Amino acid sequence: MHNNSDKQKDQVFRMTGVDTRKCMKCGKCSASCPSFNEMQYRPHQFVDMVTKGRIEELMASPSIYHCLSCFACVERCPRGVEPAVVVEAIRNLAERKQGGTYFSPDEVPELIDGTVPQQALVSAFRKYRK
Amino acid sequence: MQRIGVFVCWCGSNIAATVDVERVAQVMKNEPGVVFSTDYQYMCSEAGQAIIRNAIAEHKLTGIVVCSCSPRMHEATFRKTAQRAGLNPYMVEIANIREQCSWIHKDKEEGTEKAIVLARAALAKVMLNAPLIAGQSSVTKRALVIGGGIAGIQSALDIADAGYEVDIVEKEPTIGGKMSKLDKTFPTLDCSACILTPKMVDAAQNEKITLYTYSEVEEVKGFVGNFNVKIRRKARYVKEDVCTGCGACMQKCPSKKGLNEFNLGLNKRTAIYIPFAQAIPNVAVIDATQCIKIKNNKCGLCDTVCAAKAIDYNQQDEFIEREYGAIVMATGFNPIKLDKFNEYSYAECPDVITSLELERIMNAAGPTGGKLVKMSNGEHPHDITFIQCVGSRDISGRGKCYCSKICCMYTAKHAMLIRDKYPDVNVHVFYIDVRTPGKNFDEFYRRAVEEYSVDYIKGQVGKVYPEGDHLVVQGVDMLANEQIIHKTDMVVLATAIEPDPTARKIASMLTASIDTNDFITEAHPKLRPVESPTAGIFLSGVCQGPKDIPETVAQAGAAAVKVLGLLSKDKLVTNPCVSQSNELLCNGCSMCQNVCPYGAIGYEDKLINDHGIRETRRVAVVNEALCQGCGACTVTCPSGAMDLKGFTNKQIMAEVDAICK
Amino acid sequence: MVMTFSYYPGCTLKTKAKELDKYARASAEALGIELKELEAWQCCGACYPQSKDEIATRLSSVRALNDAAREGGVLVTLCSACHHVITRVNRDMALKPEIADKANRYLEIDYHGTTEVLHYLTMLRDRVGFDVIKSKVVNPLKGRKIGAYYGCMLLRPSKEMGFDDPENPTIMEDFIRAIGATPVVYQMRNECCGGYVAMKDKAQAKKNVSRVLDNAKNCGAEELITACPLCLYNLNENGDKAMPVTYFTELLAEALGVKEA
Repeated sequence: MHNNSDKQKDQVFRMTGVDTRKCMKCGKCSASCPSFNEMQYRPHQFVDMVTKGRIEELMASPSIYHCLSCFACVERCPRGVEPAVVVEAIRNLAERKQGGTYFSPDEVPELIDGTVPQQALVSAFRKYRK
Repeated sequence: MQRIGVFVCWCGSNIAATVDVERVAQVMKNEPGVVFSTDYQYMCSEAGQAIIRNAIAEHKLTGIVVCSCSPRMHEATFRKTAQRAGLNPYMVEIANIREQCSWIHKDKEEGTEKAIVLARAALAKVMLNAPLIAGQSSVTKRALVIGGGIAGIQSALDIADAGYEVDIVEKEPTIGGKMSKLDKTFPTLDCSACILTPKMVDAAQNEKITLYTYSEVEEVKGFVGNFNVKIRRKARYVKEDVCTGCGACMQKCPSKKGLNEFNLGLNKRTAIYIPFAQAIPNVAVIDATQCIKIKNNKCGLCDTVCAAKAIDYNQQDEFIEREYGAIVMATGFNPIKLDKFNEYSYAECPDVITSLELERIMNAAGPTGGKLVKMSNGEHPHDITFIQCVGSRDISGRGKCYCSKICCMYTAKHAMLIRDKYPDVNVHVFYIDVRTPGKNFDEFYRRAVEEYSVDYIKGQVGKVYPEGDHLVVQGVDMLANEQIIHKTDMVVLATAIEPDPTARKIASMLTASIDTNDFITEAHPKLRPVESPTAGIFLSGVCQGPKDIPETVAQAGAAAVKVLGLLSKDKLVTNPCVSQSNELLCNGCSMCQNVCPYGAIGYEDKLINDHGIRETRRVAVVNEALCQGCGACTVTCPSGAMDLKGFTNKQIMAEVDAICK
Repeated sequence: MVMTFSYYPGCTLKTKAKELDKYARASAEALGIELKELEAWQCCGACYPQSKDEIATRLSSVRALNDAAREGGVLVTLCSACHHVITRVNRDMALKPEIADKANRYLEIDYHGTTEVLHYLTMLRDRVGFDVIKSKVVNPLKGRKIGAYYGCMLLRPSKEMGFDDPENPTIMEDFIRAIGATPVVYQMRNECCGGYVAMKDKAQAKKNVSRVLDNAKNCGAEELITACPLCLYNLNENGDKAMPVTYFTELLAEALGVKEA
């Protein structure tokens, strides 16, 4: 288990290029996050849990689908930690697993209401499935 | 023929753990020129030095190689040892087998090999060493202090008290610096002006101290003991020695739109003004960008009302040149600009202020007469939110990587003062860590929490924005794991501090080194904290690193002591390792003169006898008193005429050859 | 003199956001700019792949950038998402060899981020000039109180986007002034509307949207403009529909008198 968590941590580092140890736990990411109340793990917890290798827990959390990729945390982090990039890497890891798809084409017809822009569908496919 | 002794130090296990010192000594014993070689546990100890002295006498050594730590550590020690034994101190060479060998290697075999190579190189050099005699230079018994804040004032007072003359150059129209802008000081909450102004007055009245306010250092030449400094005295348009400081001019001046610098631009001042009531000197100054007379040749009211006839609209900048033996840098700091931190809405919202601005607002001589009000509408605030670490500990490129050190304490001070004077005001502090190392400091901060019920929230703020008459602070409480949307009336930003920009400018004039944050580098971070590596330059206050008032005053005194140690000497021993020019080889190209940072090289027409040919040639001549032995000329000289005593081209090549053998 | 730039409309501008595209073209023509649509562009994917090992999702942007490089080297974008994705992929191609090498090998090209990606607004400001636009306005939108909604993608991360001050942007306000209307500055103009969850998590999207709209309304805005089809959809779909939201190009066309052309 320990080995696996180290491996996953390395993989997140390779995907993001972000050294989460730079975090000084100021909470500015969580202070800026527009999805804070929707998330089980808040942005500052994401960063800390990656440092501690608790990747599986993050992958299993619906929090990974609540990040809006608005980059407010990336913009304001005083340590260059880029929490949004970390969240996306975890989401990628979850989606790349078998059965990890969060959004299926079957859902589309029901969501289309005549005004939905292509962009919304394209980004949903890009963001929520492999 | 040289007779060399080699002394290999163990430095306890520092060297001996990674280098087979006995083998080094054995190998060196068999090198040509070596007549004695030994090893010892601590060569720098008295017993170790005795071994060296005895060997010099017994074996009639002409030079020695000490294989030990860096020459920066103990070269002077071993030179003195040699001198005591009757050897010229410049016949000592150090092979650095600690910092450059044992400390950076793990394998003992490799470390030993390298130590031997380094010892051989030092041996090759010492074989070519010649005895050198150090010269002497004079000391000008006057010090210059650059910057007239509390750091500069304290250094100057201490130097003057010891009986030496000292000049303060201050770029603002008055001395006093940042401390004069503070309301109260932590941790005792005494009034800043009450403790500072007596010192300002002392400085003004001390006959050993000359104040050059509204002045800047323009140029520095020379070297330790003999600096020549050009000072620009900016035009005040008021005769400093005539003005009585009565203030009549300020009453009449119709131009009232200049930003009041003393109040950080929070209110306006007239074009002719005295910065504040206790300004030293108590002399008016005209802001030429605001003066109607200077701009449009109209008005002239101040001249009409000035009974002392002190106004001079045609005054020009003046330059004076003075000689100094020592220079103290006390250039101070500023809060950083907040233009990269617009998430706090500082530029748009008058009720978002910096901590230094709050000092002015709380101060009786400030823009609100000491009444805590919202700058937007003059109303009394009911809720104030402090944000710490604005731009400090920030490696994103927006702020400063370091902790500004003073903010935790002054924020606690502000919070407490507000709660004390206005118990109806709720005070919140967003913090990352509260850092309060210092005598009575943590107790002070705890009082803010326990006695004054200041609400400390562990977390940062993401955004501040106006909503109606209020401000909204969007932050996080990391202990509660909650996002906070908090309505408040004022936001105070604990803004990071940075060295004043003049520090960089003056440091480059003085060839004093600065770090990546523009703080002046000290000669040693622990053991020489108030000296610059450049001889004769001393550091006082925040120009060296963030510090509070007690630390600044302590450092200012320490810098003064170092200055006094220098000024009390009649003569300074000069470094004999200076450049010399071989007149027969010099082709008069001037390249050495152009690269010399000390102006130590001149050219003369000399009658030269070149193998029987007698002719007048233009040749380089080194002023040994000015030369600092940097060697720039020797590597520039195209004809090989320039050489550095103690580090001749031949010696360097011999070292290289020994290493490559 | 006519300025010619390559133009990348993006998928949404061909369908649900036709007005954004139509008015941009009409206005450009009125301003003496020829927008030459890239011949064979593909959808940019609408969100920038942040993980460094996502290569395939970058390729369509690389193709467009490479095509533009061969046609004058400037690529004008309009949709915020396209601008975001293409700008950042362009930077990757210039600065991240581990990505550029793979993309180049796969596409059998040799592209290293040389194309200049220009948003339509930046083009208006830097290539045309808001003063020139002002002088060409025939129908100034006098008295209209317009709030600019920037959203996220044009501004952040500012180190990569280099679009405007990420916390206090001004380019859209300057644009609003140029077309004769009154800009209303409100603080939520750079906060996220929740576009990505507009379909799957309406509750969250509604919260995000109402924060933006309430703030704009409280500050006195009577209408909003945006450059992003997803923002426009979300602000309408998950808002109370009391605040009209239009594409900035529509107002530009109106002011230039080419709206009905």
